[in-house]
Amino acid sequence: MQTTAGEVAFHELIDADEKIEPRDWMPDGYRKTLIRQIAQHAHSEVIGMQPEANWITRAPTLQRKMTLIAKVQDEAGHGLYLYSAAETLGISRDEMQQLLHEGKQKYSSIFNYPTLSWADMGTIGWLVDGAAIVNQIALQRTSYGPYARAMVKICKEESFHARQGYSILLALSRGTDEQRAMLQDSINRWWWPALMMFGPHDSDSANTPQSIEWKIKRVTNDELRQLYIDQTVPQAHYLGCTVPDPDLDFDVETGHWSIGAINWDEFWDTVKGNGRLNRERITHKVKAWDDGAWVRDAATAYAHKQQTKLEKTA
Amino acid sequence: MNTATVTTPLARYVVRLADDNLILGQRLAEYISEAPELEEDLAIGNLSLDHIGVAMHLYEYAATLGDSSTTADKLSFLRTEREFTNVLLVEQPHAGFGDVIARQFFFSAYQTLLWEALASSADTILAGISAKALKESTYHLRHAASWVVRLGDGTDESHDRMQAAIDSLWRFTGELFESDDLCAEMVISGAGTDPAALQVPWDTKVAAVLREATLTRPTDPYQATGGRTGMHTEHLGYMLAEMQWMQRTYPDMEW
Ligand SMILES: [Fe+2]
Ligand SMILES: [Fe+2]
Ligand SMILES: [Fe+2]
Repeated sequence: MQTTAGEVAFHELIDADEKIEPRDWMPDGYRKTLIRQIAQHAHSEVIGMQPEANWITRAPTLQRKMTLIAKVQDEAGHGLYLYSAAETLGISRDEMQQLLHEGKQKYSSIFNYPTLSWADMGTIGWLVDGAAIVNQIALQRTSYGPYARAMVKICKEESFHARQGYSILLALSRGTDEQRAMLQDSINRWWWPALMMFGPHDSDSANTPQSIEWKIKRVTNDELRQLYIDQTVPQAHYLGCTVPDPDLDFDVETGHWSIGAINWDEFWDTVKGNGRLNRERITHKVKAWDDGAWVRDAATAYAHKQQTKLEKTA
Repeated sequence: MNTATVTTPLARYVVRLADDNLILGQRLAEYISEAPELEEDLAIGNLSLDHIGVAMHLYEYAATLGDSSTTADKLSFLRTEREFTNVLLVEQPHAGFGDVIARQFFFSAYQTLLWEALASSADTILAGISAKALKESTYHLRHAASWVVRLGDGTDESHDRMQAAIDSLWRFTGELFESDDLCAEMVISGAGTDPAALQVPWDTKVAAVLREATLTRPTDPYQATGGRTGMHTEHLGYMLAEMQWMQRTYPDMEW
C-alpha cells in the first residue's frame, strides 16, 4: 500500500507529541474512535444531568440548591462544548443525539445508578466528578487538538464540582448519626460503580493498544484506576467512612492501595442496557427531545419567515 | 414561638417579594433537563438561579429586621402553605415549554416594572437588591418575550400552543397588581411601591409582544386572587412538600 503525504504528516505529528487538528489528514479509525469517544463523553455530561436534577427540588438549603443548579448547568455546558469538539470531526450534534436515543452511542454507565439520598449529591461530586477529573487530566494530553483543549476547560469546572461534593459530605460527617449513616450508605452504593468508570482491565480492553498508539489515550484504564484509588481511599477515611471492600489493603512497599475483585458482570450488564436505570435515563431524554419538537420547529419556521421578510425588503 | 416568621411590616413586605422569587425559582428548577434543547436547559437554569438568588437575599434581609431570630432557610423550608404569600401565578405548574414561557413572560414583565420602582426605594438595602434584580429581570423578560414571539409566529401548531398557554395563565395576572394595607403602608414609608400603578405599563408591554407574536390578548374577566393572604391553589402544597422534605424529615441539622 502507498503511504500518502497526509499519512506521513499524521504520524510525524503523533510522534512529535503535537496535536492533530480538524483539517489534518487522519486515519479513518482515528476519526471514528474519536467521534465515538467524544460523543460518549458529551452524552455522559448530558445524561449526567438527570441523577443530579433529581435532587435539585429537594436540596436542604437555598445555598446547596443553587450550587447544585449551577453544577447541573455546568454539565449542560460541558455537553455543548464536547458536541462542538466532536462536530469538528464531521458529525452533527443532531446525528449524535439520534445515535444516543437509538442506543447506538453510549454514555458513562455511572449515570444509570439511582440517586437515593441527599448524600448522593455529595458522593457524585466527590467520586464521580473526581473519577472524571483523573480521566480528563490524562486526556488534556490527548492527540486531537479540539478534544485536548475541551478537557483543559472542563477540568477546571470539574474540580470545582468535586470540591463542592466533598463539602456536602464533610457537612454530613460532622452531623448527626442519621447524617453519617446516610453518608456511609451513599459511599457503599457508589464506590464500586465509580471504580468501574475507568473501564475494563487493560487485559480486557480491546481498544486500548490502538488508542495508546494514536495517543488518544495516554494512560491505561488500570493505571488511572489505581491513581484514583490511591487518592480517594484516604479521603473516605478522612470522612470517618469506609469503602465497601473487605479486601482493601495498603501495600507499604509500593505505597498503593489494592482492592478486591470488581464485579464485571454488573459492569457489562449496565453497559449492555440492563443497569438500574438505563431505560429511564434514555426515556427521559427522548421524551424531553420529542416534547420539544414543536418548539424547535417553531424556532426554525420563525427564523425562516424573518429571513424571507428581510429578503423582500432588501 | 415559631422561628420561621417575621413580624415588622417591612419584613413581611420583603418576605412577600422573596416568596414570589423562591416559588418561581423552584418551579423552573423542576424543568431542568426537560427543555427542548441544551441551550434552553442552560437558560432555564439561569432563570431559576436568579430567582432563588434574589429570594435568598431578600429573606436574609427580612431576617435582620425587627427582633426576629429567623433565617433565610427557615423562612424557605419551615413555613406552611398558609404562610407563603407569593402570587398564584408563580406556583402554577407547567405542562410544557409553552407554559414555562407564558408564566415567565407575564411575571418578568411585571417584575421589571416592580424592580424599577423599588430601585428607588427609601430603604437603601431593598433599593440595592432591586437594582441588581432589575438587570436580571430585564434579561428574563427579553428571553421570555423572544420565545413568545417565536412560538406565536412560528408554526400553526406553536401558535395554538402558545395561545393556549397565554389563555390558561391569564387569570393569574390580575393578582400581580392588587394593593392591600401592607402595600399602602409601604408606600407611605417610602420603602415600597403600589402594584396597582404597574398595571397599565404592564398591559402596554404585554400587548405589544402579543401583537408581534400574532397572538390574541385574552379578555377573560375572571381573575383569581388569594396568594398574598396565603389562600393558594392546591398546587403549592405539593411543591412545598417536595421542597421542604429534607428539613422536615431531618429537623435542626446542618447541611
Ligand atoms: Fe462535566
Ligand atoms: Fe465530565
Ligand atoms: Fe461535573
